[in-house]
Amino acid sequence: MSHQVPSIRMYVSVFLALLLFTATTVWVAGLDLGALNTPVALGIAITKGSLVILFFMGVRHNTPLTKTVAISGFLWLLILFSLGMNDYLTRGWLGIAGR
Amino acid sequence: MNDATVHQEPSYLGAPYGLAAWLLTKDHKRIAILYLISITIFFAIGAGFAATIRAELVTPQGDLVTADLYNKLFTLHGVVMIFFFLIPSIPAVLGNFFIPIMIGAKDLAFPRINLLSWYIYVIGAVITLSVVISGGLDTGWTFYAPFSSISSNTDVTTAAVGVFITGFSSILTGFNFIVTVHRMRAPGMTWFRLPLFVWANYATSLIFILGTPVVAITVLLVAAERGLHLGIFDPRIGGDPVLFQHLFWFYSHPAVYIMILPGMGVISELVANVSRKQIFGYSFVAFSSIAIAIIGFLVWGHHMFVSSQSIYAGLVFSIITMLVAVPSAVKTFNWTATMYRGSITWDSPLFWVLGFMGLFLVGGLTGLFLGTMGLDVHLHDTYFVVAHFHYIMVGGGVTAFLGGLHFYWPKMTGRMYSEPLAKVSAMLVFFGFNLTFFPQFILGYMGMPRRYHAYPPEFQVLNVMSTGGAMVLGTGYFLILIYLLYSLFKGPKAPANPWGATGLEWQLQSPPITHNFHEIPVVTEEAYDYLHAPAPQLAIPASPREVTHE
Ligand SMILES: [Cu+2]
Repeated sequence: MSHQVPSIRMYVSVFLALLLFTATTVWVAGLDLGALNTPVALGIAITKGSLVILFFMGVRHNTPLTKTVAISGFLWLLILFSLGMNDYLTRGWLGIAGR
Repeated sequence: MNDATVHQEPSYLGAPYGLAAWLLTKDHKRIAILYLISITIFFAIGAGFAATIRAELVTPQGDLVTADLYNKLFTLHGVVMIFFFLIPSIPAVLGNFFIPIMIGAKDLAFPRINLLSWYIYVIGAVITLSVVISGGLDTGWTFYAPFSSISSNTDVTTAAVGVFITGFSSILTGFNFIVTVHRMRAPGMTWFRLPLFVWANYATSLIFILGTPVVAITVLLVAAERGLHLGIFDPRIGGDPVLFQHLFWFYSHPAVYIMILPGMGVISELVANVSRKQIFGYSFVAFSSIAIAIIGFLVWGHHMFVSSQSIYAGLVFSIITMLVAVPSAVKTFNWTATMYRGSITWDSPLFWVLGFMGLFLVGGLTGLFLGTMGLDVHLHDTYFVVAHFHYIMVGGGVTAFLGGLHFYWPKMTGRMYSEPLAKVSAMLVFFGFNLTFFPQFILGYMGMPRRYHAYPPEFQVLNVMSTGGAMVLGTGYFLILIYLLYSLFKGPKAPANPWGATGLEWQLQSPPITHNFHEIPVVTEEAYDYLHAPAPQLAIPASPREVTHE
């Protein structure tokens, strides 16, 4: 449970990184990457989200319990998405409309 | 020992008196009483809707209420009973009152947030119920889109906002319980010394936190589609109605466990007490609560076999549904193993335990019928489903709540109720319940669909039986209300430990003082150490001083 005191320098550099990624998002939005459009946008978003959670919300230097809580929140979102997509992606399998 | 019962200290029910002191209290025990009063009111309202439904179904013709009114009646019956009675019942009343005491704490971790969650609950409930005067609600408690988001002419938006607000009450309560169990346990109260009631409520709190946000956002999306015509669920504007069912059941299947897990916790306490034995396989019962909470999130698609969900997805959901029966069976087998060669006492708690076991068993096993894809195509949306979930939620959930309420009533109020009346009402509830809902299994199997106010004449006999059963059931519930209220004024004073039970809560005076403990206790025993428990003592023995008093 060693709580490191976060430095102002850390906050500023993370903030600058977030600004950089925001600029990248805007820039990428203007490019047509074909099939990569969505993965690239999601990748940038995930990186930004991780920065906020790890540094601004202080999960990086927090207790294992806090980390477990943060991770399980995402795990549950993953359950919703994966079992949900388990339906959407398999609807055409039987060749019957709607099945 | 008797000394403690003679020198009663002022309890939490004493000063400060007055409405303001209660409405602004931060004492978890008083907040539990506030919840108890509110859920009793909502139960009465929900029961009123149910009574009207059963009265309509006495005859095959739709002669008592119109089809439209009938739709509104069963919708509000479901909404009120689920969101405003069952979900808060055991956690917010018995959990609120006893979790801090059982773990040796003076209150929950966040007493103000605890009070806030009661206010949020009441505000949400009042907003939801205001639809009664603003056009009703006819979507069913399930709010299925696109009917709810596009077609219904009733006040879906207000109800959705009300349910959304109420969700925060659940989230805050769950959050409060989790932090309390992690941070406030007394010295020596290790995780594996926690009463199983605490484990069960901890597991329930996980569902509160992980599931409730999803349903809150989903009903809000329905309101958004109604008001702003966002294309989320309506296929005509680019939405997907099956998406609603995915999002809704992602919460609402686990919500069934919100209603039954705390009940299983209560039954674990009661089984150990009536058998006067350590719970058989403590850690299995404890972990099965966590397993139910987690696996419960993986099965929601079993409500959607006949939607346009893919057959493959249905198959996966069906298999995982069979898995969730395992931890429930672990509990049931362990309870019966606990009773085996126990020294069973025929006090009223036993009646609730046996009632719960029988009804939960039927409810759980018929759930497996419905989780089987092929059979569900036949039984979907019939009375079989209605019977199944009432067996779980009323037969299981409400019976456990009443069992817990009877068991803890002396501790909460400091009064004893009439034991014979308690046994009579437990039996009335059991027989009334079965007479109400068992015929509905047969009706559903024969093909009577749910949610209609008229039906073919050949279904009448079973429907009349069901309504007759509902009257017996209602009498049982009403009797409980009467003698519990009576006990508050005329009941004999309760001793500290009437059932001879283990646990910190029974070492306090009845009712406890405001801060529960003068000094935080140090726990040195395992839970349910019934070898060293005092004998049951249902009344305070006449003290020598009173006898010699001139
Ligand atoms: Cu379910």
